[in-house]
Parts: sequence; C-alpha cells; structure tokens
Amino acid sequence: MNLWLLAANSIAFGGLLFLLSAGFALIFGLMRIPNLTHGSLFMLGAYFGVSLISWGVGFWLAALAGGVGVAVLGGLIERLLLRRLPGAELAQVLVTLGLSFMIADACLMQWGGDPISIETPAALRGASRVAGVAFPTYRLGVIVIAVAFAVVLWAMLERTRLGAMIRAGVDDPMMARAVGIRVPLLFTLVFCLGSGLAGFAGVIGGPILSVYPGLDQDMLPLALVVVILGGSGSLVGAFVGSFVVGVLYNFGQALLPELAYVVLFLPMLVVLVVRPAGLFGRSSP
Amino acid sequence: MSALEVSGLQKSFGGLRVTREVNLSVEPGERRLIIGPNGAGKTTLFSLITGELRPDAGSIRLFGREIVRVPSRRRAHLGLARTYQIITLFQRETLLHNVMLSLLGLSGLRWNPFRRFAQQAALIEAGRAALARVGLLDMADRPLSDTSYGERRRVEIAMGLAQNPKVLLLDEPFAGLSIEERRDVQGLLASIPHDVTIVMIEHDMDVALEFAERITVLHFGEVVVEGSRAEVVAHPKTREIYLGE
Amino acid sequence: MRRLAALGSLLLALGLLASLPAWIGNSYYVNIASQVLLYAVFALGLNVIVGYAGLVSLGHAGLFGIAAYSGAILITAGYGHFVAIAGALVVTLGVAALFAVLALRGTGLGFVMITVALGQIVWGVAYRWISLTNGDNGVSITSRPAPFGLSLVDANPFYWATLVVFLVAVAAIAIFVASPFGASLRGTRDQPRRMNALGYNVWLIRFLAFLFSGLWSGVAGLLFLYYNQFVSPQTVALTASAEVLLMVISGGTATLLGPIAGALLVVIMKNVASGYIERWNFVLGAIFVAIVIFMPEGLVPGSLRLWRWATRRRRQHPAGPAAMAPVPHGSINGGAQ
Ligand SMILES: Nc1ncnc2c1ncn2[C@@H]1O[C@H](COP(=O)(O)OP(=O)(O)OP(=O)(O)O)[C@@H](O)[C@H]1O
Ligand SMILES: [Mg+2]
Repeated sequence: MNLWLLAANSIAFGGLLFLLSAGFALIFGLMRIPNLTHGSLFMLGAYFGVSLISWGVGFWLAALAGGVGVAVLGGLIERLLLRRLPGAELAQVLVTLGLSFMIADACLMQWGGDPISIETPAALRGASRVAGVAFPTYRLGVIVIAVAFAVVLWAMLERTRLGAMIRAGVDDPMMARAVGIRVPLLFTLVFCLGSGLAGFAGVIGGPILSVYPGLDQDMLPLALVVVILGGSGSLVGAFVGSFVVGVLYNFGQALLPELAYVVLFLPMLVVLVVRPAGLFGRSSP
Repeated sequence: MSALEVSGLQKSFGGLRVTREVNLSVEPGERRLIIGPNGAGKTTLFSLITGELRPDAGSIRLFGREIVRVPSRRRAHLGLARTYQIITLFQRETLLHNVMLSLLGLSGLRWNPFRRFAQQAALIEAGRAALARVGLLDMADRPLSDTSYGERRRVEIAMGLAQNPKVLLLDEPFAGLSIEERRDVQGLLASIPHDVTIVMIEHDMDVALEFAERITVLHFGEVVVEGSRAEVVAHPKTREIYLGE
Repeated sequence: MRRLAALGSLLLALGLLASLPAWIGNSYYVNIASQVLLYAVFALGLNVIVGYAGLVSLGHAGLFGIAAYSGAILITAGYGHFVAIAGALVVTLGVAALFAVLALRGTGLGFVMITVALGQIVWGVAYRWISLTNGDNGVSITSRPAPFGLSLVDANPFYWATLVVFLVAVAAIAIFVASPFGASLRGTRDQPRRMNALGYNVWLIRFLAFLFSGLWSGVAGLLFLYYNQFVSPQTVALTASAEVLLMVISGGTATLLGPIAGALLVVIMKNVASGYIERWNFVLGAIFVAIVIFMPEGLVPGSLRLWRWATRRRRQHPAGPAAMAPVPHGSINGGAQ
C-alpha cells in the first residue's frame, strides 16, 4: 500500500470536506440552524456540474455555476421557508430534513440511479512529483483550492465589515441586532454563501467521488462530525476538523474497511465526552 | 452556627466579574434583605448559593455544612429552596400540579413509574395546603396559563414553601404586583414561621424594609454596607448608590 | 358516566381491533394492519423521548435496527427465538444506554445532531461490516416464533400476536406517562433548570426515559424482523428515523393516540403512495415541510384547531378579517428550547 498516496488522498478529501462544512459551521454558528439539506446541496451542485459539463461548459465554469445555482437555491430556502420559523429549531430541523428527501428524490428522477463520474479537467490529469513522490495532480489542485478558500474565508471573516458582522452575530445575536446589524439580510447572505460552497464542493469533488444517489447521505454525517469535532461557528474548527475526518475516513477505509465508519466517529465521541462544545467552540455557560 | 454562611464567593462571566467577593452570614430564623441596583449581582448570588451556577472560588455553608461542591439538586434535599425573579413555572400544568412537582422533588416517589401521580393523596393534600397558604386554593385545578401575573408570583412562593425548606431564597417576590397584591404577599411572608430562614432580594423599599431585620447592600458584586435597617438607611454609601450623591 | 363512556369506547376499540381479520377479510390488508401496529409501537416509544422528554431523536431507527439485526444474527447463528429476542433486547438496551450517555451531552440542537451522527454509525456498520451484517444484502431469517405452540406463520395469527404486543406497549406507556416518574419527565422537558433546583436528577431522568424509549423501539424492531423476516441497512437509514419521527409529530407529540394515528397515516400513505407513485421519499419530505409550516402542533390537534376555528368563525364573524388561527402552546414551532 502506498502510504503517501493515501495521505494525499486524505488531505484532498479533507479539503473537500472543508468546503462542505465551512458553510455548515457558519450557518449553524450564526443562525443556529442545523441545515440537514447541506449534503443534498453538495450532491445537487455535483449534478448541476454533470449537466453543465455535458452541455459543453468547461469544468471550472461548471463548478462556479454549480456553486452559484446552489447558492440561489439556498437563499430561496432561507427566505421562503426558514425565515418563517425564527428560533424554532426543531421545526427548522424538520423542514431541512424534509427538503433533503425532496431534493434526493428529485435528483433520482432527473439524473437516474447510476453513478456518474465527472472527468478530471485536462490540465490536472496525471501525476506530479512533489519532493520526489508522485501525487495525482488533481488532488493537489483540490488541496490548493481548499486552502485558498480557507484563506479567503478567513480574511473575509477577520478583515472585512461583513466578516465583523458575522462574527458579532455568532458571538451574540441579540447584541448584533441591538447595535443595528441587519441580521435578516446577514442570515440570507450566510445561507447563500454556505450553500454555494457546498454546491461548488460537489462539482470539485465529482472527479474524486463521482455523483450517485446517496452521496448526500454520505456527506451530511461527515459535515456533522466535522462541526461536532471543530465546534459550531468556528472556521478554524471546521478546517482542522475537516482534515482530521479526511484522514480518518481514508485511512479507515484502507486499513479497516469494515469498521471505517466506526473509526470515523470515534474521535467525535471522545470530543463529546471530554469537550462537548467542540475543540474550537466556545463552551456555553 | 449560621443558617447560611457565604465567604469569599467569586464568579465571573467571561471577563465580567459579576460576583467579586461576597461574604454573608445569615442566622437561623433571620429575615435578611438584599438590595442593590440593577446588575449588582443579586440573582447571580442566589444561583451560586443554590448551585445552579458554579462559583470560581469561595465557600458556602448551610448550617455549618460545606455545600459548594454539592450538586444543586442535592442542596434542595438539604433544605434550600428558592423562587425566581423571572417566573419559572410549568405552563401547561395546573396550579396544583405545579406545587405537587415541587413536593415530588423531595419525595422518593419521584422515581416510581407505576403509580398514578394524580392520585397521590399525600402529595395532593400537601399541595393544596401550600396553595391555601398563598390564598390560591380555590383555583388549584386551573391551568397555570389561565392565571394572572400576580397569581403566578404567589405560585412561585407556594412552590418554595411547599418544600418546607430550612432556608428560603426569595428573588423579588413583589415584582410586578399591584398594591393590594403586595399587601397580600406581605402578610403571607409575615406568616411564615421563624424556623424558616429567609433571604429576600427586593427593590421595593417600603415593603422590604418592614420585613427584614438586617439588610445587605450589594454593589458591583460586593457587599458594601450591612447592618440594621436604620444603619443601612443612614449609611453614606447607601445614599451614594441610591441617590447618586 | 364519562368513565362509563370511556370504558365503553375502549372495549369497542378493543373488539374492533381483535376482530379486524374477520371483517377486513383480505390477508394483504391484515398485513398492513400488522405494519401499522408495529410502527405504532415504535412511534409510541420514540414519543417518550420526543414528546415527554422534549428531546428530538433522529437516531431511533438505529435502535430499532439494532434489535432487528441482533435478533436476525442470533437466529441465523442457530439460537432459539427466546434467546434471540432476549439477547436482542439486551443488546438494544446497552446501545441505547451508550446513545443516551453521548446524546445527553447536548440538549436541543446538540441532541438532534448527535443522534443523527449515532444513527449514521449504526447505518455504516450495517452497510460496511459485511462479515457481521452481510452488508447491502441484509440478513434473512426463515422462521417466526411459535409462542405456546401457536404458529405465527399466517397473516392472522401474526396480526394477533402483534396486537398483543401493541396493547402491552400502550398500557405500559400510559401507566408510565401518568406516573410520578412520568410527571418528573415532563417537568424536565418544560423547566429543566427549575426541576434541578427542586431536587430532581434531570440527567438521570432523561437517561432512564431514553432507555425506556429504546426498549420499545427494540420491541418494534423485533416485530419488524419477524414481520419481514429480513433486515437490511435500509431499516436503519436516516430516512427510517425521519419516517418514525414524522409519525410522532404528524399525530401530535406528547399524546398517547397521536403516534398511533401517525403510524396509521404514514403506513397507509406509504402503501398507497407506493401503489401510485414511486416517489415516497419526495412525498415524505413534502409532508414534513407542509406540516411544519401549516400544522406545527401535529395533524390531529391541528385539524381540530382548524375545524374549531372555522366553525366558530362561521358562527361569529361571517365576514371577519382573514386572521390565522392561533397556534396553541406546545407546538413544535415554539416547543424547542
Ligand atoms: N449567564 C450570564 N452570562 C453572562 N452575564 C450574566 C449572566 N447572568 C448574569 N449576567 C450579568 O451579570 C450581571 C449581574 O446580573 P444579576 O442578574 O445577578 O443582577 P441583579 O442584581 O439580579 O439585577 P436585577 O436587579 O436587574 O435583577 C448583569 O450585568 C448580567 O448581565
Ligand atoms: Mg435579579
């Protein structure tokens, strides 16, 4: 077994997970909405990508368009449904769960039950040598994209006015409202952003994971684990959590295929017992 | 031996030191009033005493026994009860059910999954007696959601009294009451026998001063003045805090 | 007088249920009735934790499935039905205890998310641990038990056996809910902080309620196993947890009849829907969204509310302004803490 390859795959998968769960963590942290459609949005983005590419759109443009399309859908979900249920967490769980079933079934109707793979963009096919070891170039590309997004998101959160407002909203929603931040608009924006990231990640993940019915159910728990590990609302937590989960998932599947799922969830259980707020979450009093 | 003795108690939320250093000693049977401006840390002090909040440092003794590490629910069994400034009752249930829950909390019956709760004669009788003490017996079977604010305040007190505590902490029992209701509650508090030690937080000086023998003034999480009614009222610090002099 | 009427309707309902195979005739429908009953047991069990403890679990299909898998695995390993049933329930209780310890680290949303994750672990094990669970192909068993020498192979006797279990479950849960412990449990749902200050061990109360809920989920899982004589990862999927949660909330939480009505509704809809449309999951999702938006307190109380509102409106204000009927306290929209 090629350990280097496994490591590279793990890290690339961690990168994908970060794109997926950063949005989940922000939405959960800011709006207290456990968005159970998040896996579906990832899958939907991937299917959008499939269709766009089959119509002759280039891979990267398809990824962007997939992200934007899903972002718009996310915005609609927030505006039309979740907006009606302010503070009703259970109702929000149920609505997002219901939507995830609807999206999954709609995808099955539209794209059928067989796995569809997305071709790796031509420029990133093959392998590259890094420090004398050969890695699949596309996975390196995914790692670069994820890190770039992490830096951009971090800068956005830490350095811009919008970011300051989001942070204020995560820390103390009441206070944010009181100092005049337009929280409803902020909510929609964050929901769009989080959804869009998930959709984008879906297309980017296509060449690695391919797209199939059930992809949503495979990805959602991973995002959940990342957020439980990293702590809600914490970008750093999502980043670290993603790579931990990426590594555990890939190594687990390679070394203990039957128990990969258990291996994946073990650290989550440990964190829950030792530090329920997550590694980087602020514990509530 | 003091009924309640608090020493060196500290608590902060994040960077906010809400309880800086509180020392307090209340004798058995005493009526103690705690006053202080909004945000002085009075409610927080109660929550620390009952164990709903965990102090950062300090000691709390109930009749000489150190309870700072005793979980909140065990403190109830040791004879400590409180009422809440923000009414914390069971909205969907009747008044009697509310008070019976208070009684059940101290009864071994609370673990019983077989008997019928609504037919526990001893609990019903004690619950009705507690409601009678606060003058609400005739509405015992009314759902709490059908009662007025003043009536709920009295249910709060009934919940505390029902547990037959040794030390009862009352957090602003007069808040939001009409003048008549105040008089009723005042009479009710005066009728509590002196084997119950009472510590009360209250803003309304007129009713409160009449009730208490000793007064503690809390300001920014610290005891600034303590003494008899006359002493406290005359103390320059009190005037400073309340009149901004 | 009212007592007598209640007793009368209870006896009538019992009579109707017991004689159902006689007047329903067709064994296809008798089987659907068995399904309704077994899911009603499951929904009643879930309702203990969702309705009475106020903790929403989306991982209960994991407990249901663990009972079914444990039973199936023990039977295929050659153990008798008695050992299989007892073993399965012990395993389910053990896992329920583990679930409870972990999920109770969070309340509200934390609890929901952890139960989702735990349910997915069970799914992952069912799907991937092929040497134990046979993976995607599932585990089949070839026999049903024969209590007191009565064979349960045919639809009618199986229905009656399920009915007996169902009645025991209803009675046990009714007694539980009305007991002092049940009152304590509802107290921890409504005012956990005050309950703690009143001397209750909130954590332990919730833990025990979770075990009780897990026990009935396990019993339902065994009924499911014997009904289908088959169990597969589909049984423990998130969809399955969502389906039973839909039964509970569609019927109305924290009531005894609600989950039963919900099970009836969902099972019938599922069977009918699968006859006409393939897209059960789409329908399930749409119902979820519709219920939450339009009837947050559940179909049974919600329909009653709309009905009362409509009739009163007609009587009092024939042309009054179109105001939404008030939603009473305790709905899922307001009930979450
Ligand atoms: N859980 C908490 N987290 C953060 N800050 C808190 C918390 N509880 C109380 N505080 C802060 O501690 C301070 C003291 O609060 P507390 O409720 O004890 O005051 P109080 O003296 O009872 O005031 P009031 O007269 O208004 O009831 C306030 O500034 C309050 O905002
Ligand atoms: Mg206060």
